Amino acid sequence: MSSSGQLALHDLRFSYESAAWELRIPALSFGGEPLCGIVGPNGSGKSTLLKIAAGLLAPREGAAELGGRPLAGMRRLALARRLGFLPQECSVLFDYAVEQVVAMGRHAHGGSLDLSTAADRDAVARALADVGLEALRQRPLSQLSGGERRRAWIASALAQETEILLLDEPTQALDLHQAAAVMEILARRAASGLRVVAVMHDLNLAGLFCDRLILVQDGKIAADGPPADILTENRLAAAYGDKIEVLRRPETQNPIVLAKK
Amino acid sequence: MNKNRKIYAFLAIFVAFLAIFPWIGAEKLSLRQVFGFVVGEWTADGMIFFQIRVPRVLMGLLAGGALAMAGAALQVIFRNPLAEPWTLGIAGGASLGAFLARICPFLWFAWGPLNTSQALALAGAAGALGLVLSLARRSGGAGTQTLLLAGVTVGVISGGAIMVVSGFVSPWKLAEFHRWLLGGLDAADWRSIGALSALAVPGIAILAAQARSLNPLGLGEDMAAGQGVEVARVRRWTAIGAGIASAGVAAVAGPIGFVGLLAPHAVRRIVGPDLRAVLPCSFLFGGALLAACDAAGRWAAAPLEVPVGALTAVLGGPLFLALLARRR
Repeated sequence: MSSSGQLALHDLRFSYESAAWELRIPALSFGGEPLCGIVGPNGSGKSTLLKIAAGLLAPREGAAELGGRPLAGMRRLALARRLGFLPQECSVLFDYAVEQVVAMGRHAHGGSLDLSTAADRDAVARALADVGLEALRQRPLSQLSGGERRRAWIASALAQETEILLLDEPTQALDLHQAAAVMEILARRAASGLRVVAVMHDLNLAGLFCDRLILVQDGKIAADGPPADILTENRLAAAYGDKIEVLRRPETQNPIVLAKK
Repeated sequence: MNKNRKIYAFLAIFVAFLAIFPWIGAEKLSLRQVFGFVVGEWTADGMIFFQIRVPRVLMGLLAGGALAMAGAALQVIFRNPLAEPWTLGIAGGASLGAFLARICPFLWFAWGPLNTSQALALAGAAGALGLVLSLARRSGGAGTQTLLLAGVTVGVISGGAIMVVSGFVSPWKLAEFHRWLLGGLDAADWRSIGALSALAVPGIAILAAQARSLNPLGLGEDMAAGQGVEVARVRRWTAIGAGIASAGVAAVAGPIGFVGLLAPHAVRRIVGPDLRAVLPCSFLFGGALLAACDAAGRWAAAPLEVPVGALTAVLGGPLFLALLARRR
């Protein structure tokens, strides 16, 4: 990954009127690792951080930059060709078919619901294949399961064919099997060049799939590094409290995080 | 049937209505008399046809089209399938403005096709929309029922204000406005077509320019922003376009409700949710619908006329209630 594709935050300060903390990030960059997870307790500022990185929220001080250019100065359409964002909540106004939702990911490339160009059709077909929804492409969203619907959203973001994709809790409200399937999809795309940054709640999934974890606490970066270094009892206790236990999987030494009574 | 053929089908209905409806009315017209001007003789039938009936049908097509297109776009930016100029109070506010301009001689100022009734209709539309939005924002957002409750209430208040003010107006002057108050097209002549076009056409053009960007908004604001839509700008221009178009209609035809609800819902069932098809088809179908209601109103009790606004309310109101009941 060349540094031109780097998404960097520097001297960032942001606060909500209602929040007790202020988001303060001296320097942080994404784009070095294929799959980066942002973890931390509820309300610690993970989603806020992601929204600022996506250019959806303007920081009070500092800036988010893509390839050295501040996001604030870029047109959204140009930005969306390089940087994708999938929000936590997706709700549809009309009952679109799966293929239409995915096709809307082509907006920044000039495409729209009816897939006018070959590039649009290819991107949509690839995204549908990657998430395994080819057979359901004509199905209305209302007839899908929660996991299938989530995969449709992810396919829409994948069809955007950006350098970096930011996702806010892509496995939210999915069962274990579906959540792992979603992470597999992201890991596969990450292996072929996409840089993925995901806010995650499930520390075990994060530890299993991510190449780097950023632990956020009260608006600050509490720790940043490989999962094995972040998912330790000491670090997690500082962020989540002491009712957490970390075991190691015997064969791989992967950390397993458990709640303690 | 593919999407383009469906659009052509809507266009065909629109054109067919333009050709047929001028023949409907209290006075029976003869084809030969109407087209007598071809051989150099202007007849009474020709005058009725070209000076009264054709402008009236055109006005129905244009006004209905503008309202329907405004409704289709407003439903997306407010994420509320029941939003339209009347249910958001825009039509009511605009009508109040236009009414004040008409009854206060010292407010009246005309310049070509533009006059104070359009200016005050615009101000009324903007005021109503601003009020409804600020109320809805305070209690949970634009997608909620509060938006509709506030909108319908602002519409009713505007209607009430018109009634109160009309109490101070001499009865013979009021008779002029009676039809307009109920939402009617019988003031239609070529001059009022010009007045309607002066606002409706720019409003429609602004809405049409937003069509492609409105599509991703159907997936939510953050999702649309991530896909490259300048959400705030699209929402602002859509509200402006819909406001201008609705104010233009209210200024010449009074408060006409539910066309902006009926037409987009029917159209989406036929062409799907792509706004690049929904907006033009809503224009064509909304226009055809309003012109048809007006023709029915002229024909049903001829020589008496049922105001078209009353007919669209009777047709559209039940749909509104049915959709409201279906929402949780």
